[in-house]
Amino acid sequence: MKERVDILKCEVHEEENPYVPERARIIRKYDLTNDVRFFQVRLCNHEKVMEWTTKYKPGQFMMLSIPNVGEAPFSITSTPTRPGIFEFCIRKVGRLTGKLFELRENDFVWLRGPFGNGFPVEKMRGKDLLFVAGGLGAAPLRSVLLYALDYRERFGKIYYLYGAKNPDEMLFKDEFFGMKERQDFDCYLTVDSDPTGEWPYDIGVVTTLFKYVKDIDVENTVAVVCGPPVMYKFVVQEFMKLGIHEENIYMTLERKMKCGMGKCGQCVVGHKYTCIDGPVFTLWDVKTIRNLI
Amino acid sequence: MRVFKMEKGNLVPFLRSLEEFGEVWGPVKKGNSFVYAHEDPEKFDLSAIRTLIPAKKFFLPKVATILKFKNGAWTDNRECKKRVIFGLHPCDLHALNIYHEFYTRIYEDPYYTSNREATLIIGLSCLPDDNCFCNLTDTSTIEEGFDLFFTELDDKFLVWVGSPRGDEVLAKRKDMVEDITQNDIKEYIEWRKKREKMFKVDLSFTGLPEIVSASYDSDIWDKMGAACLSCGTCTMVCPSCTCFDVEDEYDIRNDELNRKRKWYSCFFREYSMVAGGHNFREARAERLRLWYTHKLVGFMSEYGEPACVGCGRCVVSCPVGINVLSVVRALTGEKNDAFWAKTEVKQL
Repeated sequence: MKERVDILKCEVHEEENPYVPERARIIRKYDLTNDVRFFQVRLCNHEKVMEWTTKYKPGQFMMLSIPNVGEAPFSITSTPTRPGIFEFCIRKVGRLTGKLFELRENDFVWLRGPFGNGFPVEKMRGKDLLFVAGGLGAAPLRSVLLYALDYRERFGKIYYLYGAKNPDEMLFKDEFFGMKERQDFDCYLTVDSDPTGEWPYDIGVVTTLFKYVKDIDVENTVAVVCGPPVMYKFVVQEFMKLGIHEENIYMTLERKMKCGMGKCGQCVVGHKYTCIDGPVFTLWDVKTIRNLI
Repeated sequence: MRVFKMEKGNLVPFLRSLEEFGEVWGPVKKGNSFVYAHEDPEKFDLSAIRTLIPAKKFFLPKVATILKFKNGAWTDNRECKKRVIFGLHPCDLHALNIYHEFYTRIYEDPYYTSNREATLIIGLSCLPDDNCFCNLTDTSTIEEGFDLFFTELDDKFLVWVGSPRGDEVLAKRKDMVEDITQNDIKEYIEWRKKREKMFKVDLSFTGLPEIVSASYDSDIWDKMGAACLSCGTCTMVCPSCTCFDVEDEYDIRNDELNRKRKWYSCFFREYSMVAGGHNFREARAERLRLWYTHKLVGFMSEYGEPACVGCGRCVVSCPVGINVLSVVRALTGEKNDAFWAKTEVKQL
């Protein structure tokens, strides 16, 4: 037998390394509220633009980084049905987001992804959809909402209920106000309180909007809730009242992540890694896996 | 599996000859414990039971620069080193198999894979001490995950061949090994019997995943949490702990930016803290419960076996006596002499 010269190998194939981020350019940004900013970014490598922006699923996230500051997961708020760009809604809460807010158009950020399971858009086909968002929860939810609207014929009734603290805290106001005019689905907006006195729609917490939900086929309804943790309990109660099954109730959760690939461990909950088994979980998962919300 | 025998005197020349493939590392005594070191194989201590730090450090280094940022671009910084590691016991190899499964599933971790491909793994049999309990975790013998495995009998080694690489290494050193005889097998069986009788930990792991699952709300976690120092030692010495943190560090001397990954511990307060300061596991008891449920239940659900391999490292390392054995004793209602068992829980 002739011996191999290199029994032990030390080879590096750079293109196969999912830790290496791609450079992207901020092409547009504007403030949605006083601490939430909308970012539209486009990959600098044009060959990758279409591949990256058509293959992700609503509900997935990207790892976004700034060199020397850090990397963190952010929900994609755009939809793969409108490719070419990635959109993010980012609240200024820490070091990385603080630095992001200092960036201007044409500055670079770095992306890896997409990661996570995303919403089960295939399973949702033919079903009635009930989307409920609170505050910044509208960011991941907008992706699946726009996706459903772009494939409108694939779904039954669509309800979108969105609540914010006050009119200034509502994300994508112009876009959602426009949606209220649409005839092909039902969009309801509410604010907890209205110091401006000019809010044209409902006032009250988001669960008060459930009174508008009529004639859905509960056996065939997929419900999705995204928002601050305190909101889940109350919204889930409303879903249960309607009779929606717990395996058809979806929510997307937030955890600290450093890799996105089920390795670093920091998003672990029970035996699940939020980055690969989530961030979208069913109510059944939440009941089974303790500590999830 | 193919198996040969080797005279004891041939071990050192054999290991020395492997230096042609890469650095030969093995266990040597350092202070009161053992460490893996790149030394002359003559210095390797065959009686080493458990090294202080397990062999995971060769595959996921304590600190490693994974990427470099220079001139506006990130580049891969894989620095694998060709190594031969000698002296891994069955528990260590089981842990390495867990590592392999974990680091290659769904997404293959390229740093892990490069390190693994660059490493020849040579196992070594062992006789248990008072803190070994691999018999309880079903990890006291090993069938795969090594290139060669040496079983030390009275006057010889049996050499098991576990991979094509191992086969090639042996093929070139045919003069150092012989075929085994019926008598060698008999000796091996006797050795196995002797070894099995040496395990001292008297405890049952039967039904453990269910017991741990059902004990989610037990006050035992609070009690241990009150004593736990959150030092993370258990996670550092645990051969199946995989977590890491990632940080960018600017190297002012070379004007370059290094993205580093470092060992991290779920016992640290910041581990489950998200932006804005919300912490999903603020209490030490919650972090402690996470570790034990992940080890003993979570891995079971994902991989069909618990992540504890019975090496005893947490037993000898935890400064307050919280370890797999004392936790299992507590959860199964057995008498426990651990320090924390006498601790009073103060409600904060």
